[in-house]
Amino acid sequence: MSVALDIVTIIAVSAGAFFFLAGTVGLLRFPDTLTRLHALTKADNLGLGLVVLGLLPQAGSPRDGLKLVCVWLLVLLAGATVSQLIAALASSESGQRGDSIERGPP
Amino acid sequence: MTIASALEIALAAVVLGVAVWTIAAHETSAAVVGFLAYGLLLALVWVRLDAVDVALAEAAIGGGLSGVLLLGAAARLRPAEAAATTERPGRIPRLGAGMLSALVAAALAAGVLLLPDPAPTLAPAAAANAGATGLGNPVTNVLMAFRALDTLLEKVVLLLVLVGVWSLAPDRLWGGRPGPRHEADPLGVLAFLARLLPPVGIVVGIYILWVGANHPGGAFQAGTILAAMWLLVMMAGLTDAPAVSSRRLRLVLIAGPAVFIAVGLAGLGIGTAFLAYPAAQAKPLIVAIEIAMTLTIATTLGLLIAGAPEQSEER
Repeated sequence: MSVALDIVTIIAVSAGAFFFLAGTVGLLRFPDTLTRLHALTKADNLGLGLVVLGLLPQAGSPRDGLKLVCVWLLVLLAGATVSQLIAALASSESGQRGDSIERGPP
Repeated sequence: MTIASALEIALAAVVLGVAVWTIAAHETSAAVVGFLAYGLLLALVWVRLDAVDVALAEAAIGGGLSGVLLLGAAARLRPAEAAATTERPGRIPRLGAGMLSALVAAALAAGVLLLPDPAPTLAPAAAANAGATGLGNPVTNVLMAFRALDTLLEKVVLLLVLVGVWSLAPDRLWGGRPGPRHEADPLGVLAFLARLLPPVGIVVGIYILWVGANHPGGAFQAGTILAAMWLLVMMAGLTDAPAVSSRRLRLVLIAGPAVFIAVGLAGLGIGTAFLAYPAAQAKPLIVAIEIAMTLTIATTLGLLIAGAPEQSEER
């Protein structure tokens, strides 16, 4: 039983780490603000979600597990809000300059 | 090498890297973002050192509130930034600043490296007397009982800082509301977050205050979280900062130090010394002081970030 739970943990946390890696690569490689935000939200939502999912079997008590899920939900809320705000700022700045969405520094 | 020590070495390397990057960054706003990341990483370092109380304070202050303060400063400096970067200081001031920094770093390094092994510590004495107050968290014991005078003076310093910020207001706006009035779409995302998050944040803040007696946490960390919730609501334009001349506001601002001093004087009257708690009532007294201080800290920090009065008293 505990071996099965450990396997679930290893698979889920590894998958979460993969999404963080992919999100970081996207942040560095994608050409403009909106696509970079898209990459970052994948790391926040899926990456952290999978890490939390993987840690749940290792949590000492249901209360600890609930706290982990709450952390994920709060990060989801903050991440979604901040990316909306950044995207709104990016599109209003590019609107003022009359070109398409801002191209960041290379 | 174990996995834990590999993790610690990697963490230290990243902290140093971010620190160097923060200093080397040319744009003010980029440096501020670097400093924010530095504060959060430093909080992780404190967790690895088992100093969870310090980690909470570092994450809340270093990664949170000072970040807001510095971002605001960077936004205000932006119009002048181009002019400031073109006029570089001469060779001699730069060389002097570099030498002074190297000297300070060398003195700090010498201080740390020349410590006797084991380093002098009062931790065993603090742990041995932990039962004196009935509190389970040794950090709260030190802050609120063994070194209570330091904590009291620290709160007074915080108030003095706020008076300093307020005194930057021009005469005609004295007594007015701090900072600019924030305008945001009342149906927008920020206003949505400012309605959704504060109930959660207030519960977390009160929880951190309450568990501070026996576990990591306490008035300062709780006050910072409450201040952050208040600032979020102000920045979303859902409420305005209170007028500096408001009597109710000023009562809240002095509540913490006032309760602290009152308990201290009572200790002088019925006990043996200033700030001596009678052993049977030590815990309720300390918790009462912490509750009053949390209110004061939250209000003070929120107003520090809101800034000097920039709107007149009348709307």
